[in-house]
Amino acid sequence: MPNGADTAWLLISTALVLVMTPALGFFYGGMVRAKNALNTLMMSFSSLGFVGLAWAFFGYSVAFGPGSPWCGGGVYFFLRGVGLETQGTIPHLLFFAYQGTFAIITAALISGAIVERMRFSAYLAFITIWSLVVYAPIAHWVWGGGFLAKLGALDFAGGTVVHINAAAAALVCALVVGSRKDYARQAILPQNVPFTLLGAGLLWLGWFGFNGGSALGANRIAALAFVNTMLAPIATLVVWTILDLMRTRKVTAVGAATGIVVGLVAVTPAAGFISPMAALVIGAVAAIPSYYALLYRARTRLDDSLDVIAAHGIGGVLGALLTGVFAQKSWNEAGADGLLFGNAAQMGPQAIAIVVTIVYSGVLTFVILKAIALVIPLRADAREEGQGLDFTQHGEEAYSRGEGAILLLDKRSDS
Amino acid sequence: MKLVVAVIRPERLSSVLEQLFRAEVKGLTISRVQGHGGEIERVETYRGTTVKMELSDKVRIEIGVSDHFVDAAVEAIIAGARTGEVGDGKIFVLPVDKVVRIRTSEEDRAAVTPVGVPAG
Repeated sequence: MPNGADTAWLLISTALVLVMTPALGFFYGGMVRAKNALNTLMMSFSSLGFVGLAWAFFGYSVAFGPGSPWCGGGVYFFLRGVGLETQGTIPHLLFFAYQGTFAIITAALISGAIVERMRFSAYLAFITIWSLVVYAPIAHWVWGGGFLAKLGALDFAGGTVVHINAAAAALVCALVVGSRKDYARQAILPQNVPFTLLGAGLLWLGWFGFNGGSALGANRIAALAFVNTMLAPIATLVVWTILDLMRTRKVTAVGAATGIVVGLVAVTPAAGFISPMAALVIGAVAAIPSYYALLYRARTRLDDSLDVIAAHGIGGVLGALLTGVFAQKSWNEAGADGLLFGNAAQMGPQAIAIVVTIVYSGVLTFVILKAIALVIPLRADAREEGQGLDFTQHGEEAYSRGEGAILLLDKRSDS
Repeated sequence: MKLVVAVIRPERLSSVLEQLFRAEVKGLTISRVQGHGGEIERVETYRGTTVKMELSDKVRIEIGVSDHFVDAAVEAIIAGARTGEVGDGKIFVLPVDKVVRIRTSEEDRAAVTPVGVPAG
C-alpha cells in the first residue's frame, strides 16, 4: 500500500507545481506591452493543455518508461500500465501527474524568449514537439535511470532538466525567431508590474511543491528542500536589492520579482542535498551573475525578451555547479559530498550534465524550429506585430473598453 | 500660424515623433483617442459574444507651427505614420487666430518658436 503521508504531500505538491505555470504567465504577462498581454499569458496557459496531453500520451513513457540509458521505451504510451500500484511509496499514477507538471512549466518557460512576435500556432507546435523530443529524454537521463544519473550528476528538482534546458532552448528560439521589430529602436515598457510581482509570489509558493515534492515523500529530505526553497530566494532578494541600490539608488519592483525567481532557480538542483546555510550562500551568490547578465543582454542584439537565459540559464548553471560544491552527505545520505566536503570529483558529473543538456537542447530546438518553419511561418507578420498579438492571434484584447463595439448576433448580420 | 492636427496609428507614434524631432518640429501635444476611418473591421469574440469593433485606438497629435514649418511637419508625420494600409489616419491643417505662451505672454509667432531659436 502507498504511504498515506507521502501520498498526501505529493497530491498537494502536484497542485502547487501545476499553478506555477499560470503564475509564470502572470510573471511574463506583466512585463510585455498591453497589446500582447493575453498572448503572453496564453503561451503559459496553452502549455497546460498541449504539453500536458503530449505528456499523458507519450512524454511520460519516454521519460520514465523502462528503456535504454538514452531514452525510455513505449511501455507507458497512453498511460498503459500506469495505475494505482505503488511506485516508491506513492501511487504510480500520482508520480506521473507530478512529473507532468514539470514538463508543462519547462516548455512554458521558453516563451519568455519569443514573446510579442511568435505566431501562436507555430508556438503550440513547437512546445508540443519540444516536450517530447527534448524535455522527455533529458528527464530520462537525469531522473529516469538514464546515463546522467548513472554518472552521478546531482539534480534534486530540475536545475538541469528544467532550467538549463529551457534556457538553452530559449537562446536558440530568440536567435531563430529573431528580434521584435521595435527591439532596441524604442523603449518597450512592462504593462503591469503588479502582475509580475504576483507571478513571482505565486511561483515561490508553487516552488515549495517543486522542490519539496521532489523528495517524493513527506519526510526529512522534503523538509530540508522546503526550507532551502524558502531561504535561497530570501538571500537573492537581499543581494539583488543591494545591487539595485548601488547602481540606481532605487530598489526596483521588477528587480525584486526577478531576484526571487533567480534564487529559486539556483537552489532547485541543490535543495535536498545542502545545508540551510549553504542555501543562503547559493541564493546570495546567484544574484550577482544574473543581475549583470540582465544588464549586459539588454545592450546586445539578442532579444531574449524576458531574460530566460539570464534568470534560468545563468541561475541554473550556477546552481548546478554550486550543488557540486555544497552537497553534503550528512544532510542527505542519498546525495553525495561536494567540493567543500572533500569530493572535488563531484564537479565533473555536474559540469558534464550542464554541457550535455545545453548542447542537446540547443541543437534539437534548432532542428524543431526549422522543421516547423517549413510548414508555418514562425513569426507573426510585421503588421500583426505592430497591432499586437492579442487581437491578431486571439481576437481579444486584455483591456477592452468596449466603446464602439457592435454586437454581432449571428453570422448573417456580419455583412 | 497653423495648427497641425494628425490622427495616426498608436504603433506608429514612436516613428512619427522621431521624424518630427529630426525635422526640428518641437512642442506638441498628443492624446489617445478612438476613431473610425474606414479600415477593415476587427471582429473579437468573448465566449458567446461576437462584437465588431467599429472604433480603433488612435493617437492624435496637435502641433502649433509658424507657416513656413507646416510642410515640414506634414511631411514628417507622413514619413513616420504611413504603412500604406487603410487606417493610417489623417492630417488636418487649421488656421489659428492667436497663440499665447503662458510663461512669458509672448504671442503668435514668438509663442510657437521654441526657446533658443530666433523667431523668424
